[in-house]
Amino acid sequence: MSIDIIIIGAGPAGMSAAITATESGAKVLLLDDQPTPGGQIYRAIEAAGDKQATILGPEYMAGKPLAQNMRSTNIEYVADASVWQVTDEREVGYSSNGQARLVTAPAIILATGAMERPFPIKGWTLPGVMMAGAAQTMLKTSGLAAEGAIFAGCGPLLYLVAHQYLQAGVKIAAIVDTTAKANRLKALPHIPGALRRWDLLSKGQKWQSEIRKSGTRIINNVRALKVLGDTKAEGLSVNAGGTWQNIPSDHIFLHQGVVPNVNLSFAASLDHDWDEQQLCWRPKTDQWCGTSIDGVYVAGDGGGIGGGLAARASGEIAALGSLAKLGLIDTAARDSKAKTARTTLRRELSIRPFLDTWFRPSDDFRVPTDDDAIICRCEELSLKDIRDTIEIGLVGPNQLKSFCRAGMGPCQGRFCGLTVQELIAKQTNRPAADVGYYRLRPPIKPLRLEELANLQIEEDENIKF
Amino acid sequence: MFKRVINDAIADVVFDFEGAKITARSGESVAAALLADDLLSFRQTPVKDLARGPFCMMGVCFDCLMVIDGQPNRQACQVVATSGMKVARQHGAAELNIDQADPA
Amino acid sequence: MSTSYDAIVVGGGLLGSAVGYGLARQGLRCTILDEGDVAYRAARGNFGLVWVQSKGIGKPIYADWTMGSAERYPEFSTELLDRTGIDTSYSAPGGIHICLNDEEYEDRVEKMSTLTSHQNGRFKHEMLDRKAMLERLPALGPEVVGGSYSPHDGHVSPLYLMRSMQRAFVDLGGEIKNDNRVLDIQKSGDGFSVRTANENFSTARIVLAAGLGNKALAPMVGLEQPVRPVKGQIIVTERQAPFLDMPTTHARQTGEGTIMIGDSHEDIGFDIRSTPQVMQTIANRARRSFPVLSKAKIVRTWGALRVMTPDGLPIYDQSETMPGAFTAACHSGVTLAATHAMVYAKYVADGQLGRELEGLSVRRFDV
Ligand SMILES: Cc1cc2nc3c(=O)[nH]c(=O)nc-3n(C[C@H](O)[C@H](O)[C@H](O)COP(=O)(O)OP(=O)(O)OC[C@H]3O[C@@H](n4cnc5c(N)ncnc54)[C@H](O)[C@@H]3O)c2cc1C
Ligand code: FES
Repeated sequence: MSIDIIIIGAGPAGMSAAITATESGAKVLLLDDQPTPGGQIYRAIEAAGDKQATILGPEYMAGKPLAQNMRSTNIEYVADASVWQVTDEREVGYSSNGQARLVTAPAIILATGAMERPFPIKGWTLPGVMMAGAAQTMLKTSGLAAEGAIFAGCGPLLYLVAHQYLQAGVKIAAIVDTTAKANRLKALPHIPGALRRWDLLSKGQKWQSEIRKSGTRIINNVRALKVLGDTKAEGLSVNAGGTWQNIPSDHIFLHQGVVPNVNLSFAASLDHDWDEQQLCWRPKTDQWCGTSIDGVYVAGDGGGIGGGLAARASGEIAALGSLAKLGLIDTAARDSKAKTARTTLRRELSIRPFLDTWFRPSDDFRVPTDDDAIICRCEELSLKDIRDTIEIGLVGPNQLKSFCRAGMGPCQGRFCGLTVQELIAKQTNRPAADVGYYRLRPPIKPLRLEELANLQIEEDENIKF
Repeated sequence: MFKRVINDAIADVVFDFEGAKITARSGESVAAALLADDLLSFRQTPVKDLARGPFCMMGVCFDCLMVIDGQPNRQACQVVATSGMKVARQHGAAELNIDQADPA
Repeated sequence: MSTSYDAIVVGGGLLGSAVGYGLARQGLRCTILDEGDVAYRAARGNFGLVWVQSKGIGKPIYADWTMGSAERYPEFSTELLDRTGIDTSYSAPGGIHICLNDEEYEDRVEKMSTLTSHQNGRFKHEMLDRKAMLERLPALGPEVVGGSYSPHDGHVSPLYLMRSMQRAFVDLGGEIKNDNRVLDIQKSGDGFSVRTANENFSTARIVLAAGLGNKALAPMVGLEQPVRPVKGQIIVTERQAPFLDMPTTHARQTGEGTIMIGDSHEDIGFDIRSTPQVMQTIANRARRSFPVLSKAKIVRTWGALRVMTPDGLPIYDQSETMPGAFTAACHSGVTLAATHAMVYAKYVADGQLGRELEGLSVRRFDV
């Protein structure tokens, strides 16, 4: 049976897109690389009970009905299915259970979400250093938390996870806040726009004050960080207000915001724009989430950071856009059905300028200043290695990549791309947007050669409705 | 050290890590189970032979690579632990085992 | 005002970088003009073989020219290492061409004897049966019937080769100007004036080494460069422990341990997409040659455009109407890099191409 829409990613965006599309009679194939639906925000939501509700809060639990709804709708949902290629002919290559397949559909929605922004400081590769989102993922999937950890960086998620730790009764050694003071003034003009989600701001305030009341140490005015230790993390060296201090801990959780995970959208050759406010690339989209390739849509945080509710809304919009294109609904139905989602989306995005400005990571945390700080984790290239390469006279990340292998390891640039781009911009005195990004190629995730050799192309009897 | 703060799931999966028996909850990743067992260093890098462990827990950093059931360089944070699995740290580059090769 | 040079090389790929380095080595004040970060670059997409055993079969002139470069490679790469500290990972353990059936083997026997007959014993090779092949490459699969071995063959990291040539060039006072796509070349006085999107330059000599771009540039100096793109797709695995001691025509293990597998020949214009269907074919052939690769993980694939001439041989010319202007195009820029830097650049510096290159002029296509 032929598929109308292939949706990649079963987070809020992908699930709501799948539900919306199926409700209007489309045959949907929903592919996700995780064992259970939920995406990052609702990871392991199906197994969540009262204890999770207490620790992780109502925003997390809101994912449960969504996942239930997705399960009870007639959607072909394939878990553990990792998509490694989307071509401009709308072929989708994916692998599950060691078998690669190539399927096609007239519409494809990429809903692959976000990842945490790289945080390249000295020692960030040592065992024991993880991202704050990783700490949260372990809490969600395994009920695991690290006693006496340090949370360092900036952004709502940092405080959210720290707050969840406290809810779980886990002590935190320190919160090291790298938010630049100067951001506050710049964010002020955005307050009126943010008022529509004032509840979110006051929630943030509440977390902070509860954290403070718990007696957790909070260090502000942080200018520089280094992880201590040789073979594993032993603590964090913090420069706050000009003086250095060492805080011992085996566990350091870093975070400075999330950025769209663009490997698939770049490898699919979609056009992208540099977003100076969010300091990241995002695929160019129209009002129905359509991209530069006809029939390919992008929904959710993969198209620009808006958060879980915005992701749900944009998932609906992308689904409606593709339904109309496939002729499954008319444009009048499309427009009227999209109204609620558009209102939600507008409301959710209204707070972004404020948040993005207030929590804009400082220059020195995006491009390190320590010569021996690792930039490319896979190829183990330091700031100095990369600087020396740029010095030959090259102008962009692709030349750089070919000269020193930055971005050629298994993570395929996910954790060095933005840093390299901004470093080249800084060193050659050009705007980051002009420097560009790595040219990414499929497969976006390592693929066993035999999977490729045995690739099943086209009609697949394993897909049924 | 990581500890379980939510204990609602059944821990009935037992796998082998370099000779030791590790207990995991059903549905969790190999990486989570090993972190719960206080293992932080999962591999030695192929370039400079340095220790690394899980960093992102969402499949994007490739720092959790291990040898799982004889297959090198698998992302331990993306592989659900199952009983009887054999897990070992990844030392340097992947080995291609000529004896195990099966022709097409 | 425009900056003035002894020589301008248009194109900063493998050919241009080698010629630029060679000119700087001759003491010329020189600049390389290149495009921006994203362009059709064969130099960044190629396979990295320094390969003799397939070149110039039936064309002794090209066989000689190739052999000359391979013979200079040890000295060339050592020189680069000494100058820059960059190890190009060059090694010449010999190379193998794998045959998967008797027909391929018979064809190979014939080709190798043709090549031998060209060069009066200078070209050495051995035909190997299955047993002899396995002694050299134990990982070969059951379908392999035999192959040819030549001690002249080797491989190099094309990326580090580029980087070291450019580094050495810059260290010798050369300038690399990226984001300078050449738009116009005019005769001016004894030399040329060159206009790019960003700047103007004047120069006594000019070498057009812009790959596929040469087609449009050559007429500006009164020459022709009938080059066209032929796409090659390559797949590459993550780093593996050493398993392949010498390069083969379709697979080689790099200094870092990754395995490069390639490459297709597709005559489809300016298209560098990686297509699943072709990637599958490449993977299949690799698995038949080396079943052990089945479990290796592919981290990247890419398509790049070869610079192809009508007969596959390089083209070298000097302009008669505009003396001081040279054109060069080839699709084996890695193999020929040593000769381009050490021999060809000298000819340009002297203002006169060597006799042995007469047969490689574009005039050979005139009928
Ligand atoms: C680690 C982390 C934790 C976060 N925690 C919170 C939080 O607690 N609260 C909050 O408000 N926001 C949180 N965020 C932000 C939140 O993730 C987003 O706002 C929201 O999840 C976006 O929804 P989405 O559907 O666009 O993407 P996601 O929820 O990320 O869903 C995308 C899905 O696609 C899958 N996928 C990606 N690539 C492929 C592929 N190639 N093949 C197959 N499947 C693929 C992913 O595994 C995932 O399941 C977090 C972000 C991160 C990175
Ligand atoms: S921890 Fe990052 S990929 Fe597994």
